[in-house]
Amino acid sequence: MPKVIENVGCPYCGCSCDDVRVTVSDDGKDILEVENVCAIGTEIFKHGCSKDRIKLPRMRQPDGSMKDISYEEAIDWTARHLLKAKKPLMYGFGSTNCEGQAAAARVMEIAGGMLDNCATICHGPSFLAIFDNGYPTCTLGEVKNRADVIVYWGSNPAHAHPRHMSRYSIFPRGFFTGKGQKKRTVIVIDPRFTDTANVADYHLQIKQGHDYELFNAFRMVIQGHGNDLPDEVAGVKKEQILEVAEIMKNARFGTVFFGMGLTHSDGRNHNIDIAISLTRDLNKVSKWTIMAMRGHYNITGPGVVWSWTFGFPYCLDLTKQNHAHMNPGETSSVDMAMRDEVDMFINIGTDAGAHFPIPAVKHLKKHPWVTIDPSINMASEISDLHIPVCICGVDVGGIVYRMDNVPIQFRKVIEPPEGVMDDETLLNKIADRMEELKAKGEA
Amino acid sequence: MSELIIKNGYVFDPISGLKGDKADISVKDGKIVDKVSNKAEVIDAAGKTVMAGGVDIHCHVAGPKVNLGREMRPEDKFFRGEYRGGILKQGKRMEMGFSIPSTWKTGYAYARMGYTFTNEAAMPPLLAPHVHEEFRDTPILDQAAMPVFGNNWFCFEYIKNKELENNAAYIAWLLNATKGIGIKVVNPGGTEAWAWGENCTTINDPVPYFDITPAEIVKGLIEANEYLGLPHSVHIHGNNLGNPGNYKDTIDTLKLAEGTKAKNKFGREQVLHNTHLQFHSYKGTSWADFESGAKEVMDYVNSNKNITVDIGQVTLDETTTMTADGPFEYHLNQLNHIKWANVDVELETGSGIVPYIYDKNIKVCGIQWAIGLEIGLYAKDLMRVHITTDHPNAGPFTRYPRVIKWLMSQKAREATLDTMKWKDKVIAASNIASMDRELGLYDIAMMTRAGPAKALGLSSIYSLTKGADANIAIYNLDANKLPSDPELIEAAFQNTAYTLKEGVVVVKDGQIVAEPPKYTLWTKVNMPENAQVMHDIKEKFSRNYTVNLENYAVFDEHVHNARAIELDVA
Ligand code: SF4
Ligand SMILES: [Zn+2]
Repeated sequence: MPKVIENVGCPYCGCSCDDVRVTVSDDGKDILEVENVCAIGTEIFKHGCSKDRIKLPRMRQPDGSMKDISYEEAIDWTARHLLKAKKPLMYGFGSTNCEGQAAAARVMEIAGGMLDNCATICHGPSFLAIFDNGYPTCTLGEVKNRADVIVYWGSNPAHAHPRHMSRYSIFPRGFFTGKGQKKRTVIVIDPRFTDTANVADYHLQIKQGHDYELFNAFRMVIQGHGNDLPDEVAGVKKEQILEVAEIMKNARFGTVFFGMGLTHSDGRNHNIDIAISLTRDLNKVSKWTIMAMRGHYNITGPGVVWSWTFGFPYCLDLTKQNHAHMNPGETSSVDMAMRDEVDMFINIGTDAGAHFPIPAVKHLKKHPWVTIDPSINMASEISDLHIPVCICGVDVGGIVYRMDNVPIQFRKVIEPPEGVMDDETLLNKIADRMEELKAKGEA
Repeated sequence: MSELIIKNGYVFDPISGLKGDKADISVKDGKIVDKVSNKAEVIDAAGKTVMAGGVDIHCHVAGPKVNLGREMRPEDKFFRGEYRGGILKQGKRMEMGFSIPSTWKTGYAYARMGYTFTNEAAMPPLLAPHVHEEFRDTPILDQAAMPVFGNNWFCFEYIKNKELENNAAYIAWLLNATKGIGIKVVNPGGTEAWAWGENCTTINDPVPYFDITPAEIVKGLIEANEYLGLPHSVHIHGNNLGNPGNYKDTIDTLKLAEGTKAKNKFGREQVLHNTHLQFHSYKGTSWADFESGAKEVMDYVNSNKNITVDIGQVTLDETTTMTADGPFEYHLNQLNHIKWANVDVELETGSGIVPYIYDKNIKVCGIQWAIGLEIGLYAKDLMRVHITTDHPNAGPFTRYPRVIKWLMSQKAREATLDTMKWKDKVIAASNIASMDRELGLYDIAMMTRAGPAKALGLSSIYSLTKGADANIAIYNLDANKLPSDPELIEAAFQNTAYTLKEGVVVVKDGQIVAEPPKYTLWTKVNMPENAQVMHDIKEKFSRNYTVNLENYAVFDEHVHNARAIELDVA
């Protein structure tokens, strides 16, 4: 008899939906059906029970081929190389549960290395802005239950976060928002006419890279200097700016959702900084919150876990071993790789092979490279060692943090392929092995 | 079987009535016992002071807002106190942060001060798994957390409809779901109002859209607490915190407990614990004529036995304020204009975070400092007045030894007053300069372990009575010859000679030497399931929450070493 498992978390985007229904086969090994999930989510579950899952670590041979080795050998090899390296880097964590991220912190503290997550190439600028200006935010249920004005700025949930609008923001009927979309005003600020812009009440087609100016214009209006605006700012007409600012001021509860359109265009962290300032201004006349549209289902996790462990969310330098240091630009993965400072690389739960600039990859490739990932990807294919692990949310559970910092408890739905370890177990074994080697004086 | 005996120390244990007598404390298998065999390991405590492990009744050490504070304040990592320039690693993990230390530093630093239990003061129920993850990563310390109820939509409705049993059943359900210890209330009604940018500044301000007042919320929760007979009482941070003139609102809040008697099997006598009283004892009409209201508030506290309080002492440091009182943090930010974080949590609560510098050269900060100490010095029954800094709000918990020094030494108070730019104004606005009371070690034992343990209903675990956990602090202080230099008192309380956790020496000469298992304490109410309440819960989850009900309660595997305090309700 197939079994239905409900309340399953989707290990794909930052919405971290927890209402997926999965039907699994009698023997608990196959996924027969996945419901409530959008198309991208389905793929992950399908992959989980595919027959081509890698079940053993694979070590590159002198002739370039990959040969299966035992987990024990892989753990020993990784531990020894970590201890030998002066500045090893572990990077990734886009699809790792928090238990794995905590174990990774332990590994890199013992190794005395660098530890970083994908924020370094996506929402790192948001962290910089938060360091300077704070973060007036809320949980997504507040938006659902209260918000009457929604702003999507430089983000396109219709593609990147497919159920964001239906579960949390525009469409749901909440406690004070019983009329759903009818009573909400949706403002999209984007140079492109996206599918999200298509459902908006207002689309401000801003000139690419001029976000900071438009934020400034809104701040002027909110602070009472609307008359001083020029006829057009960042490609948007004064009348339209005044009209939209008026809507913002009169909101009962408003939220700004911002995405990589802001963190990756001119201005970067300054865009986020001024977005926060605008939110602060708006709180003098109304109630407003702001939220980063974090990409992956647990990419918020490492920032949370490492903040309680070390006090910094990313770009961690643990080489001193008795205290941590963070200085994005100096201690950020891509910058270090571009300067060829890293002498061992562990790619975990992401694909640096695909996402890093080619010169950075070339530098990293000169040194031992380990990929810890359930699947074959570009990183695994250029690795010296590929260690397969369980897929969080499919064959291992654990805690993940949704984009609004709400912890969601993910469930395991099928048994992992025989012998495959989860990230936490694997990493703790690597840490234990390093401690053993150190105690024996072999490092 | 492991045996240990602590010999010849001056033992202060108000729960068992030891007032500094020379006594031996015997430990067997992690518990306090009457006697041990002659094979027992001996710790020589001659010339030293022995107390039960410290109990912190109110601090913010784990969870979402503490951690957002860490995340948004990289600069807090530059302040490493005496460790500036690099902490020498003592335990298994590195120690980071000053006002909002990492979980590892939190565990180690409390243990070095002789503390073995902390009560996290505000757990947003929806975010409970986060609190428990941090507990797992906080070494040595036993920990508990209080879920917040003062702005919870379920409670609003049950209280408004006078459904005591349903309210109690919901509370019991939520304690179980979040693995919480008791009922916390923060700015009742005011934080819900803040979701619309408003506030409730008196106990009679109506909560927008909910047709209820803070007074009704507090009374309803006290009633439910005593109906259930929970180990701890309602633990309140009342309305109008931090504003001149609020001492009247504080007395109004305390009066809500009048006529109610504690009903429980844990030895607790109070029905209301008012936390960080310092922030609630302000006179004056503005910051210009701001002055101490400690006398008025403490007169009330002294004459009402069903109330306990903790101080919330300002330590004159740069720190990070954080509270579920969202509107307060917003207003604080309007004063200092530094960075501001806010987190409103659906159906339940909110919070705010603002860095703050208690500068001894600012008059108001000096007066706040004086008010906290006055609260301790006016107290008649020190079992009911506990030392806290509302960590990290009025200062970091690592300053408890300094607070103890100020309470024990007028000379130390005068020395601090002398460093203040507006000393005269501080003296004029308070009574601190005229108070010559100096507390003794027995007083301090009441304020830092016996009192809080009793108020939490945990004195059978956290004391030196037979059967209690052998959590013990041994300080380098000769009770018969206290040092005349107050700095030495502070130093002695900063780093113990020994701290024991369940009979294991975890600190020796101020150094972490072991990291044995620790517990998560929570309150398990055994009562029949309430069909109406379960129905209401299901409905709210399907309509208003964004997390499914089945994923809301913390899974057992995410609760670290759970230890339930059980009670039955028919
Ligand atoms: S919106 Fe995101 S988390 Fe939700 S089902 Fe789709 S991919 Fe998964
Ligand atoms: Zn507090």
